Amino acid sequence: MSSNPVIKCESVYKIFGNNAKQTLDQVNGVVDSIKFLEAGLIVGVNNVSLEVVQGELLVIMGLSGSGKSTLLRCISRLTDATAGKIYVDGQDLLALTKKQLIELRRNKMGMVFQSFGLLPHKTVLENIAFPLQVKGSSTRESVERAAQMVQLVGLQGRENYFPRELSGGQQQRVGIARSLAVEPDIWFLDEPFSALDPLIRKEMQDEFLRLQGVLGKTILFVTHDFDEALRLADRIAIMKDGVIEQLDTPSNIVLNPATEYVRRFTEDVPREKVLTVRSIMDPLDESERLGELRVSEDAIVDSVAEDILSEERPVAVVDAKDNIVGTLHASHVIKVLFGGRSAESTEN
Amino acid sequence: MDLLTKHPKAVQFFVLLAVFFLLCLLISPSDSNVLWRFPPLLKQLPFIINDSVRYLMFDWMPVQVYDPIIDDFEEKPLFREFTRSISSIFLLVINFVREIFLGGVKTVVAFTDWDFINENPWVRWPALPWTVIAGWAIILGYKLQGKGLAILAGICTIYLAVFGQWKPSMETLSFVLIAAPVSVLLGLIFGIWAFKSKAVEIALNPLLNVAQTMPHYSYLVPVIVLFGVGDHAAAIATIVFASPPMVRLTLLGLKKVPADIVDSGLMSGCNAFQMMFRVLIPTARRDILIGVNQVVMQCLAMTVIASFIGAQGLGSNLMIALNSLRVGTGIEIGVCIVLIAVLLDKMSLAWANKQTDYFADLTFFQRNRFALVALVVFVLGSILAYIGSFIFRDSYNYLYIVPHNKGITTAPFWQLTVDWIWDTFFYALKAFNEFLITKILEPMKSMYLAMPVAATFVLMMGAGYILAGVRQALIIGGFLLFIALSEYWDRALITAYIASFAVIVSAVFGIVVGSICAQNNTASKVILLICDFLQTFPSFIYLIPVIMLFGITDTSVIIATVVYASVPATRYTVEGLRSVPQVMHDAGSMLGVSRWQRWISIELPLAFPHIMLGINQTVIFALFMVIIGAFIGTTDLGQLILKAISDPQGTGIGLTLGLCVAFMGLAVDQIIRTWADNRKKALDLA
Repeated sequence: MSSNPVIKCESVYKIFGNNAKQTLDQVNGVVDSIKFLEAGLIVGVNNVSLEVVQGELLVIMGLSGSGKSTLLRCISRLTDATAGKIYVDGQDLLALTKKQLIELRRNKMGMVFQSFGLLPHKTVLENIAFPLQVKGSSTRESVERAAQMVQLVGLQGRENYFPRELSGGQQQRVGIARSLAVEPDIWFLDEPFSALDPLIRKEMQDEFLRLQGVLGKTILFVTHDFDEALRLADRIAIMKDGVIEQLDTPSNIVLNPATEYVRRFTEDVPREKVLTVRSIMDPLDESERLGELRVSEDAIVDSVAEDILSEERPVAVVDAKDNIVGTLHASHVIKVLFGGRSAESTEN
Repeated sequence: MDLLTKHPKAVQFFVLLAVFFLLCLLISPSDSNVLWRFPPLLKQLPFIINDSVRYLMFDWMPVQVYDPIIDDFEEKPLFREFTRSISSIFLLVINFVREIFLGGVKTVVAFTDWDFINENPWVRWPALPWTVIAGWAIILGYKLQGKGLAILAGICTIYLAVFGQWKPSMETLSFVLIAAPVSVLLGLIFGIWAFKSKAVEIALNPLLNVAQTMPHYSYLVPVIVLFGVGDHAAAIATIVFASPPMVRLTLLGLKKVPADIVDSGLMSGCNAFQMMFRVLIPTARRDILIGVNQVVMQCLAMTVIASFIGAQGLGSNLMIALNSLRVGTGIEIGVCIVLIAVLLDKMSLAWANKQTDYFADLTFFQRNRFALVALVVFVLGSILAYIGSFIFRDSYNYLYIVPHNKGITTAPFWQLTVDWIWDTFFYALKAFNEFLITKILEPMKSMYLAMPVAATFVLMMGAGYILAGVRQALIIGGFLLFIALSEYWDRALITAYIASFAVIVSAVFGIVVGSICAQNNTASKVILLICDFLQTFPSFIYLIPVIMLFGITDTSVIIATVVYASVPATRYTVEGLRSVPQVMHDAGSMLGVSRWQRWISIELPLAFPHIMLGINQTVIFALFMVIIGAFIGTTDLGQLILKAISDPQGTGIGLTLGLCVAFMGLAVDQIIRTWADNRKKALDLA
């Protein structure tokens, strides 16, 4: 991962209503959403700064009305931010002309929408080929590329179906294929799986992880589903009332919720499914005798818990290069599995 | 008090009616009484309109124009030059299309002159044999959709040829083929413009409202003044008449495009042009297609009316036939118009739905097979026509062109049927006719005419206030004031009486039939199909069978109006009832309601706003038909409009009368639409 951020937001505001800009200037960027509401202004995004690096998957999580989709729309410039700076690949997004913006979207950005946004008059193949065609590719070229994308998302045999003839999951596969057709560097997904039923959602998440494993895009993923965020994210930004409450890795969010609001989300999360071995291991103590078993520091606790508990001795934790970097005691694992829960239940 | 809190509207209505009748009793009918009839303050309006049009046409902005005949520059008014050039362009294009079908010299003349034609008699553009055009229509139908449409195209074209209506049909077709695309294009342009600019939308809205409620006839007079008489004038009148629904539906469709699709278009990197033509318009296709369909229907509806100002073709033949009571011929021509309408309708639909196959690997012959077959048809048809010239050496060459009225005809059969109906049912029909006129229509007419103008205002504005609010009441007042201050209040009352009678009958009929059919899936489908089919008929066609039965009387007009106006009432009732959510039915069933109770207390209240929109359409349809009915002799506004066509002062009179009719329609429209919108919102249906 290079340290240069692909997407960078500096104090981004989005406020809906008349004279939003002036009002914002008057308060010097300190926004109280209740006072603004009284003035007839709705605060969408409130002083958000964040960076996304190359190949990173940042999930923006929040309930409806938290401003998560608005933030995404600002970064894709489907809506113009009221104030602040947004850089994409070092370019100042808000300073781009209409033409430059179109160029950027045609070559660098792809987006998937909650309600799919497929063109109803075009077939699966035509929908996927559409971004290429508006870019000016020849029919043959765009159709060939679209056919590859159909393969990628596993819709072979349905090229000539219309969106209305497909199930929700299939439609979203088309949406995904379309957004990837131009081979964008940056991939926006706005609640892509929220309209799907739970089983299909799980299937699509797996599919998404598979694709990301192959493609390694820089991704901004918006969802209201905390479990989905935990499952997919490299880092999660939790939003409330337009403000980012916490931006951190899934395990840090679960272990150290920054605010009461975030803690409420993490309460019911099965820790063993989020925490990595690294986060509960002890520093290496040379005097201790370790068992034979080696576990990776990046492993999720749940996946190694059974093995560790069946060991009599503490287990060695290794990094990617097989160097021992710490030890893991069964007592910690037991605490993760049962401790937190019982403590909480007595609290309640 | 209990009643007041429970049904405030009912009490308000009761009070309103009481005031209304009180006013009717108190205001004495005398010409000097202002409350009885308002003074015609707008009497001068027609003349002002005439003077302005004349100024515009003959005096405004003279420019120097080169005249090739006197070989010098001459001073001519700008506007007239402008309308003249539009006229000549239209005439040229219509003639060109017409001569492709029928042959002729006018297109050649347009580029040379008559002398050239006289010196070179060979430069006649030959007509295509009818077999070739029929063949092409079939191929086109097959290419666009498949066997079904090909068969339909075959039946239509062969019918036109065999029944000896080929020439007028092609004349009508050439006129529609120009008017319809131009209307669609204009509609699209204005629709897109209104979509892009709120100001344009606000400016267009009242214009469209008036244009869509103006009776067909009133378009004719100003067009004569501006563009003269002939096919081009008819085409222009048709375009003015047919474009507004297209504008409306384009705008509506574009507005309905989901935000997600717009966003996805933007993120796909569309520029403004690609956004409009590759995302928005195709996505709005459904509504835009309904617009195209409406345009085609309006064009064919206008062919008959446009014949008043010189459109040639089926329309003028139909008029002549109806005028001379040759019902049989009328029916045959009517069928021609309907067939052309249905065929164009289906073809435009199929064209818009066509798909491309990207994976097909085709050879040259496969790719161009339709063009090749068309060429073969052309050659074969020509050869057939040539052979025909030997077979039919002494009579008409039926394999080339079937001359007008020289085909098969079923007219004698229809004439016999009519005679038989008259002989058999004469007394019954006569009795019905007399009963209707003396017992219902005449009393109703006198009642309407006995209303003091002040009472009418109170009634209409009061109803507007109760149902829709103060704003609407004031708007309605404004509309009525225009009519009351013109000279035509009494005439308008007559129009109102015929129309309201027809509306009541149609509404009752539509709601009853619609409700019965909506109880059953198959019946709903069948009735909607019938409605579709009836709506393809140009309005004039409805007059044919009623004239056949009732001759030229008010009864005919009323029956034609009732039939024509029942269609929207029925359709909206079925649609409204069918759109009541299933869960409501289920909830009702679990509460143990009977079918009747379900209809009364669940379906009807929920569907009522939509049904009222149907009644709204019924009112507009009825007004249209009543005005058209002037053609067979009613004594309302329509009669005056018809007269205005041949009056030198006609422009102003025709337009004023047209506005009167439009305002009547719009007044009702205001009440019902606002009420239905509010109601739908209240029921959470919108």
